Amino acid sequence: MAASESPLGPLLPPIDADSAPFFEGCRHGELRMQQCSATGRLIFPPRPMSPFAPHAAPRWTRVSGRGTVWSFVVPHPPLLPWYGERAPYNVVLVALDEDPTVRLAGNLVAGPGAALDSIDPATIRIGEPVRAIFEPLAGDVVVPRWVRDERRTPVGGG
Amino acid sequence: MLKDAAAIVGIAQTPFAKRLEPSEKALAAQVIVAALEDAGIAPSEVDGFASYTMESNDEVEIAKNVGAGDLTFFSQVGYGGGAGPACVGHLAMAVATGQCRVGVAWRSRKRGSGQRPWAGAAQASANALWTRPHGLLRPVDEVAMLTRRYMHEYGATREHLANVALAVRGMANRNPNAVMYEKELTRNDYMAARWISEPLCLFDNCLETDGALACVVVSAARARDLRQPPVYLHAFGQGLPAQSHTMVNYWCEDPLRGPAWACARQLFRHSDIRPEDVDVAQLYDAFTPLILLSLEGYGFCKRGEAPAFTEDGGLELGGRLPVNTSGGGLSEAYVHGFNLILEGVRQLRGTSTSQVKDAESCLVTGGEGVPTSALMLRR
Repeated sequence: MAASESPLGPLLPPIDADSAPFFEGCRHGELRMQQCSATGRLIFPPRPMSPFAPHAAPRWTRVSGRGTVWSFVVPHPPLLPWYGERAPYNVVLVALDEDPTVRLAGNLVAGPGAALDSIDPATIRIGEPVRAIFEPLAGDVVVPRWVRDERRTPVGGG
Repeated sequence: MLKDAAAIVGIAQTPFAKRLEPSEKALAAQVIVAALEDAGIAPSEVDGFASYTMESNDEVEIAKNVGAGDLTFFSQVGYGGGAGPACVGHLAMAVATGQCRVGVAWRSRKRGSGQRPWAGAAQASANALWTRPHGLLRPVDEVAMLTRRYMHEYGATREHLANVALAVRGMANRNPNAVMYEKELTRNDYMAARWISEPLCLFDNCLETDGALACVVVSAARARDLRQPPVYLHAFGQGLPAQSHTMVNYWCEDPLRGPAWACARQLFRHSDIRPEDVDVAQLYDAFTPLILLSLEGYGFCKRGEAPAFTEDGGLELGGRLPVNTSGGGLSEAYVHGFNLILEGVRQLRGTSTSQVKDAESCLVTGGEGVPTSALMLRR
């Protein structure tokens, strides 16, 4: 693999004006989403204009942070060094309860502070309920990770 | 109307290898001159160029090298593997509307000896802001996510992905120009291969190749007087569906209904050749599951039926629809799909090493999962 400019760290999200409120929410332990102020529909990824009503400015709202696993993968090397050291790990795509067409990528972990590979990938099921926790990625960047939401029963496929 | 107004009249390619010594610029210039020689057209007649935004050589440099005349049309198409058919389609539109008379499309890429595009970054690209920091790093991870869901919804298995990999490898084993010409692949090899991103293994991934290719487009009238039998550009489509996101198309109603569907709708709107009439297809295959998604998107079968379509040699010579008859990106060369265009031309000239008997039509597609394009070729 070619040398990375940040051999020890994860890839950082290039946070911009559109996405900054999302990451601000993560720092406060909240999952925040853009919402069309005319139709109430969630908008993701965040953007300056609502595709549902171009003259209605998107606003930010807090969502429950609950969803179900829509799909998942288990990457193996060759990977960037930080990820290669943690492979094989899982990446899940979580369909949000409020709008299942919003599917957030993240990692299913055993709990707060747990490693990326803290869940046996063989036990992950499409449709299983999960909820967001908020974990530092690097520096002051906080991202959602996902833990099993054991109080709820799985659904057939999200 | 674009229908049959322009034709591909010259093609050329370099050898394909893990490493070629000449620069991407030198390789591009060589194949462009060779494609013009195949057509019997002087380089000074070239007045149009088209290539990929990801191509490292621009028209200015290429025109200076090959001795082109005054250019009146030049176009670059974005989105990597989605661009190939559109490069040719844009030339066809330019020729049909009189914006140029001799157009050349090319792609030169040293992906085999160069750096992997996803390696070496400290920050995710803006397009990948929501996915790559979480370890969904490579195109294979992004496609594996859709693949797992596809398997869940339709009961597809690794056996079906193996059907794709083995069919295409069989084609490469008959093509001396293919990187995998001498390397046979068995179902056991496939099943035992190492994971790259579960549920995808090594043999679900395309090659990493150095190589360059070019083709020449002129009007149908001019094509009749040239050295090679014309291959007509019967129909052309591009597709970027509503609310689609490049590679990680996860934020729409139906992520398994990708750009191929929008592209196919446009292509068949103007095509007299229907999916059931197509004799042979070259379907963009950076990863095996893209062929399953493309079979459905371009209407060769219904949603969820692609796995069964691959069974009993469905994609092999003599099967329901022979695909990627030179070995494709999986087993001939990975050059952003431009080899699929040239193989489509060879099928209609009757010179493929896996020739479909009396083939009269060939569909060539760009990458599914990115803003894409497709061509219907006929002889």
